[in-house]
Amino acid sequence: MAAPVAAVSVTPAAAGLIRSLRAAHGPLMFHQSGGCCDGSAPMCFPAGEFRTGASDVLLAALDIDGVPEPVEFWMSAAQWELWRHTRLTIDVVPGRGSGFSLEAPEGVRFLIRSHLADG
Amino acid sequence: MTRYSAPEVYQSRYDHFIGGEYVKPHHGRYFENVTPVTGQPFCEVARGTAEDVERALDAAHGAADSWGRTPVAERALILNRIADRMEEHLESLAVAETWENGKPVRETLAADIPLAIDHFRYFAGAIRAQEGSLGELDDDTVAYHFHEPLGVVAQIIPWNFPILMATWKLAPALAAGNAVVLKPAEQTPASIHYWLSLVADLLPPGVVNIVNGFGVEAGKPLASSPRVAKVAFTGETTTGRLIMQYASENIRPVTLELGGKSPNIFFDDVSAARDDFFDKALEGFTMFALNQGEVCTCPSRALIQQGHYADFLAAAVDRTKAVVQGHPLDTDTMIGAQASNDQLEKILSYLDIGRQEGAKVLTGGERADLGGELSGGYYVQPTIFEGDNSMRIFQEEIFGPVVSVTSFADLSDAVKIANDTLYGLGAGVWTRDMNTAYRAGRAIQAGRVWTNCYHAYPAHAAFGGYKQSGIGRENHKMMLEHYQQTKNLLVSYSPKKLGFF
Repeated sequence: MAAPVAAVSVTPAAAGLIRSLRAAHGPLMFHQSGGCCDGSAPMCFPAGEFRTGASDVLLAALDIDGVPEPVEFWMSAAQWELWRHTRLTIDVVPGRGSGFSLEAPEGVRFLIRSHLADG
Repeated sequence: MTRYSAPEVYQSRYDHFIGGEYVKPHHGRYFENVTPVTGQPFCEVARGTAEDVERALDAAHGAADSWGRTPVAERALILNRIADRMEEHLESLAVAETWENGKPVRETLAADIPLAIDHFRYFAGAIRAQEGSLGELDDDTVAYHFHEPLGVVAQIIPWNFPILMATWKLAPALAAGNAVVLKPAEQTPASIHYWLSLVADLLPPGVVNIVNGFGVEAGKPLASSPRVAKVAFTGETTTGRLIMQYASENIRPVTLELGGKSPNIFFDDVSAARDDFFDKALEGFTMFALNQGEVCTCPSRALIQQGHYADFLAAAVDRTKAVVQGHPLDTDTMIGAQASNDQLEKILSYLDIGRQEGAKVLTGGERADLGGELSGGYYVQPTIFEGDNSMRIFQEEIFGPVVSVTSFADLSDAVKIANDTLYGLGAGVWTRDMNTAYRAGRAIQAGRVWTNCYHAYPAHAAFGGYKQSGIGRENHKMMLEHYQQTKNLLVSYSPKKLGFF
């Protein structure tokens, strides 16, 4: 397992949602999507549901209060090359779907907010 | 100007459509369906789970064999009748689609629904004209190739063109003789049911089954089922990969359409005259606002050649400022509501990072509050950023009415910038010089290069992606083969043994 390459922060609201999803679904992971429709949204899955490989980068292993294990946050390596000058914060907003992300039925959606790395 | 009223065709609740009838969800749960026009719920929809998917698969498997053996003339006739029924109800379908999705009714009246109608007719014709082949290997040996339906296929539909995208998948699958289990997007689950209310009597029970619900609860059991022979999905890259992973467990084919970051390239000679073509090119630039930018091929990167950069961009900003934003059910409205609140929030997050990266806002850049009942809706001003292709707003599909503009020096520079992306779905090339158009079109790594046009989606022109934009080609008869097996009968007409044994 490669070492995480970036700091990813989590808003209190997102941390609360991660805790409740952890309680309902067990250990979790994120994979940052790209492309159409709900692309550019972080997808939350049961850990191991999405198979990462050599084309992915582990950005961070998130320590969330009340979650016993780190929550890994992944992105495709090609996409990270285009994102690496920014720092990411996982937030949550009211919303609907989509993809197969675990929180969608709760009427909320994880959202990435970005900041310049040197800002 | 016409202002349509909110549609009255919707029921207050929709269950799953399985085996030719409506069936309550196994767990009895429903979710609210919101119109993005006002942000208010207008119906509730069954929240499907694995049990509902299994029931739909039972129905589809019960229907697939006889549908696959139904003469192509009869299948084609049914598709034509579906098209006729839709044409009779074009206006009410358009209004229903606008209420569900938020897009302006001028688009649903003139594009979404007419294109869907024609799509059924195209595949009705294509299946009649399709033939197998034979190869005469030698005087005694013939290889016959038959097209056979796959059986039961899964289709997961996006929310940006709910009826049209369902049609892109349903028409070829049904023409080819497959039974379908379809899951509409959870953001836009209702308009397909209004469509179904118009055409359900034309289809044998079990041939089309619709299971509503969320991706994780209904989409996953459908996409991962060993009982489906193929999965078709339009959406984003992570879910596309996940669907491929599920399909790999069962050795199943997939077709995927996963978006893009399409360049729209304007060569200097576009500005050689102030004529119809110049006017058309400005409209082509402004196409980033079509469907509020919620199009996989949104021309969200405009590349303008240096010689006319300032003048063309100034004219393009003026054209964009003239885009009328308003009530989606008003026929004068050119840009309506984003499809959902989370979509709105995501677009706003990109407007934020675009500014942080130093891109210059030439117009727009904010959420739009249209007042009255629309204040609760999800509206964004058409936005033009000027910046550099390395910025994230140039590299990610925002899926909003946002275009990022930069300049280029010459053809090779334009192609270099155009191809500097993870995706390759659409592109636009605008020039009066046919040699430039041809060289650029062939060099751009994208499945569709609109040349002196943009955002046309006629059946009979193949549509699909290079690179991370996906696998497969929709809108064309070649899609039939994505829904078919090839059966080879290798036949010897010789009575003589080979002599090995």
